[in-house]
Amino acid sequence: MSSRRSRSGSSRITEDQINDLVSRLQQLLPEMHNRRSDKKSATKVLQETCNYIRSLHREVDELSERLSELLENADTTQADLIRSLLMH
Amino acid sequence: MMASIMSSSNPAANPDRSSTRRKKKKKIHHNPQIQPETPKIQWQSDAQQQIYSSKLLHALQQVRLGSSGSEPSSSAPRRVRDAAYGVLAATARGRTRWSRAILTSRLKLKFMKKNNIAKRQRKVMTVIAAAGYQPRRKSKVGVFRLKSKCFPAFQRKARVLSRLIPGCRKQPFPVVLEETTDYIAALQMQVRAMSALAELLTGSGSSSSSSAQLS
Repeated sequence: MSSRRSRSGSSRITEDQINDLVSRLQQLLPEMHNRRSDKKSATKVLQETCNYIRSLHREVDELSERLSELLENADTTQADLIRSLLMH
Repeated sequence: MMASIMSSSNPAANPDRSSTRRKKKKKIHHNPQIQPETPKIQWQSDAQQQIYSSKLLHALQQVRLGSSGSEPSSSAPRRVRDAAYGVLAATARGRTRWSRAILTSRLKLKFMKKNNIAKRQRKVMTVIAAAGYQPRRKSKVGVFRLKSKCFPAFQRKARVLSRLIPGCRKQPFPVVLEETTDYIAALQMQVRAMSALAELLTGSGSSSSSSAQLS
């Protein structure tokens, strides 16, 4: 916390803040060794974050393809059924 | 005697706490940690996924109904995808930059299609850019001043990340990180919800009684 005072003139961003955010980000990443947050460097976390977001985008694209095909064949009655099931 | 006069004339110095003049300040000290931001959406909760799923379903039905001649250029998967991201951004309730950026870009498209004038598009873009633009030019430099983050690799990756998250290209690095955590959680929920929906549709397509499978 003392570092905040020494840098108060130049920038409000502290290293602690960045590290805290990076470690929180790391916990979201689907890695087996996630719990050991000290082992990963911030650069590595950023890289994996970018990769993960790209893979999530791809997954959404694939699901969109699948859903568009399924919706073509599905009836409106089935959509109502699904909606009523979702209401649970 | 003088002491008693002094104490009576100066009630503020009275250490006796039984006086009713002192306001009860209990409620303010209830939350010592003040949250600087508005509470974010809990993307992990089932309730949130339900909300998203039902909204998505509504939107997808619209996509199917309006698919005939309105947008010949975009494919069906593309429309599903746009609907998915649009509903996701709407579910975020305007609390994050990435969601507002998605909604804004969709608004621009709608606007363009209706009026079909390039000049108006430029106007809208400048207004939106001005609204979101932060005059602080030191924002990016602030990251460079941090000792351990001076490596060019780190800066490169930070820039790549800021380009991946909608609406975060010119944002300072801590903002990008905050937006990223929310964006990832939202995307994870979106994948869960869309997968569940696909499973439902697959299940109901193969057999008539799908309710048995789902329970």
